[in-house]
Amino acid sequence: MSIRAPRKGENYELSVDLNSEYREKRKDAIKRTIASMTVGKDVSGLFPDVLKNMQTDDLEQKKLVYLYLMNYAKTQPELVILAVNTFVKDTDDPNPLVRALAIRTMGCLRAEKIIDYLCDPLQKCLRDENPYVRKTAALCVAKLYDLKPELVIDNGFLEQLHEMIADSNPMVVANTVAALTDIHIAATSQPGTSSSDPGVFVITTSILNKLLIALNECSEWGRVAILNALARYVAQDEKESEHICERVVPQFQHVNGSVVLAAVKVIMIHMRGVRREELTKQLVRKMAPPLVTLLSSPPEVQWVALRNINLLLQKRPDVLSNEMRVFFCKYNDPLYVKVEKLDIMVRLASENNVDALLSELKEYSSEVDVDFVRKSIKAIGQTAIKIESAAERCVNVLLDLISTRVSYVVQEAVVVMKDIFRKYPSTYEGIIPVLCSNLDELDEPEAKASLIWIIGEYANTIDNADELLGIFVDSFTEEAYPVQLQTLTAVVKLFLKKPDSSQGIVQKVLNTATKDCDSPDVRDRAYIYWRLLSMDPAAAKAVVLAHRPPISIPRTTVAPALLEELLGEVGSLASVYHKPAETFIGKGRVGADSVRKGGELSEDQFSTQKALQTVVAGQQAENLLDFDDGPGLEGQPSGLAATEVLSNTPAAANLLAGTSSNPLDDLVSIFGGGGSGGLSLAPSTFGGGGFGMPITPAPVTPASGYPASKPNVQSPPQQQDDLLGLF
Amino acid sequence: MLSLYSTDDQLPTYSGYKSYRTATSGRLSSHWGLPASSTLQDSRTNANAALVFEYCYRFINICKSYFGKIDEEAVKNNFVVIYELIDEINDFGYPQNSEIDTLKSYITTESIVSSSIAAEESSKITSQATGATSWRRADVKYKKNEAFVDVIETVNLSMSAKGNLLRADVDGHIQMRAYLSGTPECKFGLNDKLVIDKNEKGISDAVELDDCRFHQCVRLNDFDATRTISFIPPDGEFELMRYRSTSNVKLPLRIIPSVTEVGTTQVQYTITVKTNFNNKLSATNIVLRIPTPLNTTTAECKVATGKAKYVPAENVIVWKIARLQGGQECSLTASAALTITTTRQVWARPPIEVDFQVLMFTASGLIVRFLKVFEKSNYNSVKWVRYLTKAEGSYQIRF
Repeated sequence: MSIRAPRKGENYELSVDLNSEYREKRKDAIKRTIASMTVGKDVSGLFPDVLKNMQTDDLEQKKLVYLYLMNYAKTQPELVILAVNTFVKDTDDPNPLVRALAIRTMGCLRAEKIIDYLCDPLQKCLRDENPYVRKTAALCVAKLYDLKPELVIDNGFLEQLHEMIADSNPMVVANTVAALTDIHIAATSQPGTSSSDPGVFVITTSILNKLLIALNECSEWGRVAILNALARYVAQDEKESEHICERVVPQFQHVNGSVVLAAVKVIMIHMRGVRREELTKQLVRKMAPPLVTLLSSPPEVQWVALRNINLLLQKRPDVLSNEMRVFFCKYNDPLYVKVEKLDIMVRLASENNVDALLSELKEYSSEVDVDFVRKSIKAIGQTAIKIESAAERCVNVLLDLISTRVSYVVQEAVVVMKDIFRKYPSTYEGIIPVLCSNLDELDEPEAKASLIWIIGEYANTIDNADELLGIFVDSFTEEAYPVQLQTLTAVVKLFLKKPDSSQGIVQKVLNTATKDCDSPDVRDRAYIYWRLLSMDPAAAKAVVLAHRPPISIPRTTVAPALLEELLGEVGSLASVYHKPAETFIGKGRVGADSVRKGGELSEDQFSTQKALQTVVAGQQAENLLDFDDGPGLEGQPSGLAATEVLSNTPAAANLLAGTSSNPLDDLVSIFGGGGSGGLSLAPSTFGGGGFGMPITPAPVTPASGYPASKPNVQSPPQQQDDLLGLF
Repeated sequence: MLSLYSTDDQLPTYSGYKSYRTATSGRLSSHWGLPASSTLQDSRTNANAALVFEYCYRFINICKSYFGKIDEEAVKNNFVVIYELIDEINDFGYPQNSEIDTLKSYITTESIVSSSIAAEESSKITSQATGATSWRRADVKYKKNEAFVDVIETVNLSMSAKGNLLRADVDGHIQMRAYLSGTPECKFGLNDKLVIDKNEKGISDAVELDDCRFHQCVRLNDFDATRTISFIPPDGEFELMRYRSTSNVKLPLRIIPSVTEVGTTQVQYTITVKTNFNNKLSATNIVLRIPTPLNTTTAECKVATGKAKYVPAENVIVWKIARLQGGQECSLTASAALTITTTRQVWARPPIEVDFQVLMFTASGLIVRFLKVFEKSNYNSVKWVRYLTKAEGSYQIRF
C-alpha cells in the first residue's frame, strides 16, 4: 500500500502539491484529495503527505485532514500512530472548537492501535471547563465502548458519565444520556446477560428529576434522547407516573415531529400507571391535535406518523374519533401515505361519519392508480362489515362501481361482496344476478373463486347455477388451484341442494379433479367429497353445508401483548413495521435463552415475551412446515399448535376475513425480505392458508373435521412446497 | 437509509436522498456506520424513524440556507462545507446542534484561522452552541430595533363535485425576523379563542386553533399552563410557530366548475372563479390547472381575464390570472377534442388545482394582537406585521 505511486498521474501531482512550500497550494491540494476520496478514488497512498499538513492553524484545513484520517485509519493503522501526537496536542489547544474536534475525531478513528492513546485525553476532556468539549467527550465514551468496552469500564468512564447527568449544561446532559443509553443497549444485548442484570444505565428517582429539568432546556434532538430515557423509567407509584405525564405533555407543542412522537411514547408508557380516569382522558385529548398536525409534514414524516397513529388507535380507538376528515386522501399524496390513510379511515368509521367516508371511498375508486383503487374498494367492504347499519349503503356503492364495468374495479368488488355475504348471509341475494352478469369480466383467480363461492352458497336461489358452474367445470384444468377448489366445493353444494338436476355435473367435476388435476390439495378434497357423498350424504351435508362462524373486522392487527410492546417503541422502526425489533434486527434472541428468561419475568412481562416469541417463531417457519411424509399427521398438530397463540387472538378472525394480515404473510415477508414474498403468497391465502386447511370461504369445517382415517391424505401438499420454495 | 423501509410493496422514497448520498458517500461507513448511527445506515438497531426523517429534512434546510438550493451542482461546489456541516450537526449518529443561525457563526464559507483572538471568539460560540439559549448570541446590537412578523397561511381545500366541503383547513406558520439588541424577552399574543375566553369576554372575532407548535425558543411549560407565548428570539429569521385551524375557514376563492362530456369526442368546460373577500384586497398569481382526459388532442380556451392554454404533456389546461380584486369574478370556457380510443376506461376526473396568494388576508381570521419586547436597556422597538394566505397544490375542487 505504501509503495510510492509512479512519478506521474493524478496522485503524483497531488503529492507534489501537498508538499508545496505555499500554504494556499497545500490547502487546495488537500481539498482535491478529499474530492477524489469522496468520489471513491483510492488516495490512501498520499497518507504521509496529507499527515504532514495536520499541524496547522487553519481550522478548515485541519478538519479536512482529520476527515482523511477517519477514512483511511482502518486500512492504515500503522500510519495513524504518527498522527496521535498531534491529536493529543490538539486536545490541549486553547480553542475549545479545536479541543472538541480532536477528541471527536479520535473517537472516530476506529483503529485498535490508537485507542490506548485515547483514554488520557478523554479523561481530561470529560472534565473540560467548556461545555462544548464536554458534550463531545461524552459521546466519545460511547464510541470507545463500541470498540473496546473493557477500556471504558477500567478507566471509570461510566462513573464519570453518571456524574455528568448532573451537569449544569443541558446539552451535556442530553449527550450523556444518549451515550449511556447506547452503552446500556450494547451491554444488555450481549449474549450471556440475563434480564436480572440491571444494566449499565438504570434510571433512578434522582436521575429522573435531573432529566425532567434538562428536558425543557436542551435542544430538540437532546429532548428526544431524554424522552427515550424517560420511557425506560419504571415509576414507583401512581403519583410519580402522573408527575412524569404532566411534565412531558408540554412537549406535544414542539415543532419537531420526532420530539412529539417521543413525548407520545413516554405518555403512553406512563399512562399505564395513571388510574385517575379524568387525567387519562385529559392526556388522550391533548394527544390528538399534535398527531393530526403531523399530517401536514413532508410525506415521509407523515407516513411514520400514520403508522404510529394506526397503532395508537388500536389501543385507544377514541383518540381521533372526530378527526376522520383530516385523513381524507389528497389527490397528490404518495401511494404509501394514501394506503395508510385508508386503513385509519376504516378504523375511525362510525355511524356518524360513514356517509362522508363512503362518498370519499367511491371517489377514490375512480382514480387512476389500480392498487389504490383496489384498496379503496376493500375499504368499502370492511366498512360494511364493521358497521351493520351502513352495509346496505356500502352494497349500493359497490353496485355503482360494478356498473362502471372497469375490469379491476368489478373484480375487486366481487371479492368484497363475498365477504359481505359471509357477514350478512341471505341479506343481499337480490344483487346476485348483477354479479353473475359480470362473469365474463373476471380473469383473476381470487375474483373468480369469490363468485363461484357465492354461486355455490346460493345455489338453491340461482336458477341457472348449474349452467354457471358448468362453465368453470368445463375449463376446470385450466383454472388456478384456488378456483378449482372453489369450483369443486360449489358443485358439491349445488348437488346437495339440488340433487336431481346436478348429478351429471358433480360426477364430472369429481372425475376431473381426481384424475386430471395435478394439485394434491384439489385431489384430496375431491376424494373426501366423493367418499362422503357415496357413504353418507347426510354427513356430507353436515360437513359441506356446515354453519360457519361470522366474520368481523379485527380491532387490532397485532396481539395485545405485542401492541403494548410496540406502543413503548413509538416513533421507532419497530412501530413503523408493526413488528418487534427482534424480527428485523436479526439477532435471533429466541430459543432456550429467552425461555430461561421467561421464568424470571413477572406474569405481565411474560405475556409480552410470549407474543414476541410467537412472532419470532415465524422465523422458524421452515421447521413448522418441514414435516416429512411418514409422521405427517402427527406432525401436523404440532405445526398448527405453534401458530395456536395467534389463531386464538383476533388475528384469527382476520384470517377468516381473508385480509392481508394473515400471519403467514408476515412470516413470508419476514423471511423473504421482499415484497415479492408477500405477493406471491396471495393466492394461497385463499384456498389453503398454507396448511391445506380451508380458511376463506371454503366449506369444510377446520382440519379436525377431516376424517382421520383417510388413507390418501398426503400431508405436505404442493402449496407448502411452494411456500418453502419462497424461503 | 434505504433499508429503513419495510419490505412491503410500497416504499416511500426519500426525495433528497440522491444529493444526500453524494454529499456523504465515502463517509457513511467510516464515520457514521456505527451502531448508534442507525440514523443513516442499515437497521441493525431499532432506529428512531421519526428522528431520521426529521433530521434529513433539517439537513436539507440547512444546506438550502447555506447554498440557496440543494442539487448535484451545489453539493459538488460546496463539499468542504457540507463535510464540516455534517461533522457539526451529527456525531456518532446523534444529531447535535442544527440551529442555522448558530452554525453560520462558526461554519462559514471563508476559513477560520485559529489564533488566540479566535479562541476567545470560539468559546463564545461554544457556549452558545450548547447553552440554554443555543439559538442566540448574547452580544447582538442593532441601531434600530425592529421585528417583522409574517403570518403565512396555506389553505387546504377539497370540495366534492356536488359543491360540498370535504375538508377545509389552514396550516399556518408565523415567520419572524427579529433584529433586536441584547437578550430581549418577547411576549406574543393572538386572537386565539382559548386565551381570549379566559381574559376578556365579549370579543367575538376569536379564532379557534386546533393545535400550535412552537420553535424551541418558546417556553412550552408557560404555554401549557397559561397559553402565553413567551420567548427569547433567535437573531434573524426563524419560524416562531405553526398552527392548524379547521373551524370557520374563509375560502378566498370560489370555483364553480361545469364540465360536460359530449359523447365520446368532446369535453366542454365552463369554469368560474369568484373572489370572496373585501374589495380592497386582491388575489395574485392565480393559477388554475384544469385536467383534461388523457386522449385529448387539442383544447380551445376562451378567457376574458388572464391567459389560458392547453399543456399536452401534463394533460391540463393552465389558466393564469395575474390579479383579481375582491368581489370580482371571471370565467373560462373551453372545449377539449378527444380521439377515439379502444379502451373504455372511464376518465378519472382528477380535481382542479388552484394556486393563489392573497396579501393581508388570513383564511383562519387570525390576527396578531400584540408583540411586546422587554429588554434590560428598555429600548423602543418597531414591529411590523404582514399577512399572507396562499394555496400551493392543496386547493382542490373535484368536478
